[in-house]
Amino acid sequence: MSDDRPAEVLRAEGLVKTHHGEGAPAHAVRGVDLSVRRGEFVAITGPSGAGKSTLLHLLGGLQRPDAGSIRLDGTSTDAYTEARWAVERRTRIGIVFQFFNLVSSLSVADNVELPALLAGVPPKKARAERARLLSELGLEGKERSMPGELSGGEQQRVALARALVNHPPLLLADEPAGSLDSKGTREVMRLLSRFHQRGQTILLVTHDARLASAADRVISFFDGRIVDDARLDGGTPPRRAGISGVLELRD
Amino acid sequence: MRLPLLALLARGPAHGYELKQDLEQLLGSAYPQPNVGQIYVTLGRLEKQGLIEGEDVEQSGRPNKKVYHLTDSGREALRVWFAEPEDEPRVRDEFFMKLALAPRTGLADQIALINLQRRQYLNTMRQLSRLASAEDRDNRIAHLLIEGAMLHLQADLDWLERCQEELEDL
Repeated sequence: MSDDRPAEVLRAEGLVKTHHGEGAPAHAVRGVDLSVRRGEFVAITGPSGAGKSTLLHLLGGLQRPDAGSIRLDGTSTDAYTEARWAVERRTRIGIVFQFFNLVSSLSVADNVELPALLAGVPPKKARAERARLLSELGLEGKERSMPGELSGGEQQRVALARALVNHPPLLLADEPAGSLDSKGTREVMRLLSRFHQRGQTILLVTHDARLASAADRVISFFDGRIVDDARLDGGTPPRRAGISGVLELRD
Repeated sequence: MRLPLLALLARGPAHGYELKQDLEQLLGSAYPQPNVGQIYVTLGRLEKQGLIEGEDVEQSGRPNKKVYHLTDSGREALRVWFAEPEDEPRVRDEFFMKLALAPRTGLADQIALINLQRRQYLNTMRQLSRLASAEDRDNRIAHLLIEGAMLHLQADLDWLERCQEELEDL
């Protein structure tokens, strides 16, 4: 197939996931097709309960779909075991979560180095990589801190360093600002944009439109399905004097 | 723009161009750049209403400039301005009318309308994000203005979500 577009980092077809708990079964994901190409920054937005986190968990192998298939870099993951997915999550997929999920008994430095060491990176190189990321993320001097001693925003930056330490082609982010204040949200937004500008492929799940607007493609997710898939150019010239009615001068 | 100009004059006399610069500096790039012609017209009106008074100041080699100062009734108008709360922002009524009337016309689909409107808001949100990152970090007023606009848009987007939830199954 002749195709000039960047390669597909991720491709999902016909994904279905139903949660069977108490009460009626919850149809979290009801037939989702999705393709993410190298260098894209895609946001999935929708109300809470729409199934967008479940979708992200399926894409990161944290849950298994009832039906459908997922390809990473063109390779089918259908036969992947739990252990194989764990390897993928160390090498090809980085994930950040709403509640950071740092190991509370390990220092900041160890939290970031651990996935590198587990992936077989020599300790010296893991240390160097950790130092580079922490300084990049403004966390110099926090190496020996324990996660509990850091603010939410700082913990999320550590989580971001951990997710990126092995240079995964794909970064998944599940409500990364969901437990942060407005300032922390802006910080996460700025960092995601910066990594994206350097070529990082990002798939972000958020209910926060401010965060989603950092992406260049926004998918609206409702009731387990994609209802819109819009490329944001941010280029539509404002029709009024101000950027929006909110900023309009009245005479 | 009448009252903001009065407010700028409360600090001391100024001419039209100075007022334009003050406004720009205070509000940052997010605010529509005030047109200097519009400022002069407004100043003329304020003077006619007795809220400000202008005085011609001679300049060597250039035409006179007019320096304005606030009058007592101008100061009173400002007090009234500050004492009154403002109306709340209104729901975007034109879009709401489209949404309400679409099914009766058979000419537009409600969900398609919502999607179109959402794209518009998201693009504006993106422009605001860019403005925020370009704006001087220390200009708190400018950042609050942009953040206010973003939060309003967020509310509009949340409301579109509600519309979609309600209307999708019909």
